[in-house]
Amino acid sequence: MTTTQTQGTREQCFEQLLLGKAVKSESWLEQMRLDALARAQTLKFPSDRHDDWRFTDLSPLYLHDFHPVVTFARVDLCDIQQFLVPDATRLVFVDGSYEPSLSDLTQPEHTVTVAPLADRFGDLFVEENFGRLAPYKQDAFVALNTNFFEDGAWIRVAGQAKAPIHILHIATKREAPAAIYPRCMVVMESGSRATLVEEYAGLGNGIYFSNAVTEVILEQHARLRHVRVQREDRNAFHIGHGSVVAGAHSVYDATSIALGARVSRHGLHVTQRAEGAEILLNGLALIAGRQIADTHTLVHHAAPGGKSEQLHKCIADGAAHAIFSGRIIVHEGAVRTDSAQSSRNLLLSDKARIDTQPQLEIFNDDVSCKHGATVGQIDADALFFLRSRGFSAAHARNLLTHAFADEIIVKIPVPSLIDSLGRMILERIGGEV
Amino acid sequence: MINKGSKILLEVKHLKAAVAGVAGSEILKGVDLTVRAGEVHAIMGINGSGKSTFSKVLAGHPDYAVTGGTASFEGKDLFALEPEERARAGLFLAFQYPVEIPGVSNSALLRLAYNTLQTQRGLEELDPLEFEDLVHEKIKVVEMDASFLDRSVNEGFSGGEKKRNEILQMAVLEPKLAILDETDSGLDIDALRIVANSVNSLLTSDNAVVMVTHYQRLLNYIVPDYVHVMDGGRIVRTGGKELALELEARGYDWLRAAA
Repeated sequence: MTTTQTQGTREQCFEQLLLGKAVKSESWLEQMRLDALARAQTLKFPSDRHDDWRFTDLSPLYLHDFHPVVTFARVDLCDIQQFLVPDATRLVFVDGSYEPSLSDLTQPEHTVTVAPLADRFGDLFVEENFGRLAPYKQDAFVALNTNFFEDGAWIRVAGQAKAPIHILHIATKREAPAAIYPRCMVVMESGSRATLVEEYAGLGNGIYFSNAVTEVILEQHARLRHVRVQREDRNAFHIGHGSVVAGAHSVYDATSIALGARVSRHGLHVTQRAEGAEILLNGLALIAGRQIADTHTLVHHAAPGGKSEQLHKCIADGAAHAIFSGRIIVHEGAVRTDSAQSSRNLLLSDKARIDTQPQLEIFNDDVSCKHGATVGQIDADALFFLRSRGFSAAHARNLLTHAFADEIIVKIPVPSLIDSLGRMILERIGGEV
Repeated sequence: MINKGSKILLEVKHLKAAVAGVAGSEILKGVDLTVRAGEVHAIMGINGSGKSTFSKVLAGHPDYAVTGGTASFEGKDLFALEPEERARAGLFLAFQYPVEIPGVSNSALLRLAYNTLQTQRGLEELDPLEFEDLVHEKIKVVEMDASFLDRSVNEGFSGGEKKRNEILQMAVLEPKLAILDETDSGLDIDALRIVANSVNSLLTSDNAVVMVTHYQRLLNYIVPDYVHVMDGGRIVRTGGKELALELEARGYDWLRAAA
């Protein structure tokens, strides 16, 4: 790498992104896109002095110029076999573009709508709900996505969705680094239930920038189990944002797994908007080499009687850097809030680094809140115990690392995904268990 | 059972050991011990006498460094072996404070450890179903409920359950030499009886047990061939089982004065 190249590339990289392909759409969306573009031009990439970004080194991103995707690669079902969830309703996007031949919408449940978003912009219900949650006015990445996304997943559930819904975003290896803008909107109507798997995967160790935005609305008594899997290529960049509003007595049960990308960030904002909603957040980042994985969660308890329970784990090997910031705000009126947050972290090498910041802000007295964070290495006593039972040091380390990760993985409500992630984690930590 | 003609399993000569990386911290100051197949030994002594350190050093605990002397296990240089190699050679340490391992089930631990030893011995590994049959036989020995197999290793176990779990591991792994480091501490009388019965049922003329203990109580149940008294990092007296009774009656002070 030449030193002259890094000069000014941050601005250059952003300007290049702004040169993306303009997307034609309905007038209401056109207006939103213009607003978003204007905001993006003002906001630009967050500086490292920005409080929410100070631990996250985005400089590897700036080394590349990302181009809009204009020609599409051919991907067959056998290429994505390893990601398929049996019996799922499936929407597949290749480099941001909907791919009907890989998708499977053949399980008709009349209370469930799963469709490409671009087909739905004429729908008044979509117009009324889309883009209202994700903060494109404050967040440059959300703004970029809102301006440049071409298609995405539209999910609306009225009853009980029996089949899991799998939204799979595949990135292929391309000649030039591509900018991809996945988008997803979920509306869980009153009393509905569904399991959603939102997955980002790379096929070929390519360099690309995946900038994803997901919005979720849970109406009263709705229940969504939301699994998010980020296993992008190791040279890719992934910046994802999720905004969720939880209605009265709804349950938002999320498990987010970050394994891939050179630099990744997942921002998740959940607002308890009405009484008695339950928010369960589980997360795992497992990274090595020079990977950076950042998870920023923000929970607003804005109504009484809410519950939130969060367990986030980071495992960093090599010279990897994991970041967790978990902010929980209990607003004045949110009496009887019950909140527990735990950040547990495992360093596997001397060069790895983990920054964790649990933050609790409480503005009323009638709450039960606790939080805690630990950063440690493989427990020496456990390691010696296993060796004294005949396990090699490497095997013992793998077993203990796997067990640490497994506590999150087993919470995933999709057995095939538990298996495939388990295998991937085994490969990642380098061995048998 | 003493049989002077039986094979020597462990021979320790003039063993000295210190806390790793701490100069002048020598705890073992010249320990000699010979254990033959078929024998039961008890090592007794007050807190700080070095008896637990001795058992950890034999198992290869990284907190301690050998500073002098030798130990051979069936003729092999014990201190040239990694802890896992010692285990595979047939040495077993029952921990004084068993470790909790969240996320690793008891049955997985036992099966993986068992199969590692099987491979080492050139025998076929057992698949999970075959192993289940074996472990259900073994768990009866320690009078534990089979539900303990599905739980994470020692997580949420009572003190007595943890100790019994150590003996279950011993029953599955069938070591040639088992060192029981204060396995009796923290056990009520019923648990003590179960642990002792299990150990007795595992004893054969080909293996041996070294019990490290503070109290004579355990020795009522597992009757030793030899009783050694440790003090100040050395074995200061060796006798038969009657030595333990004498210690129980007179305490340790008279021995220290004599030494």
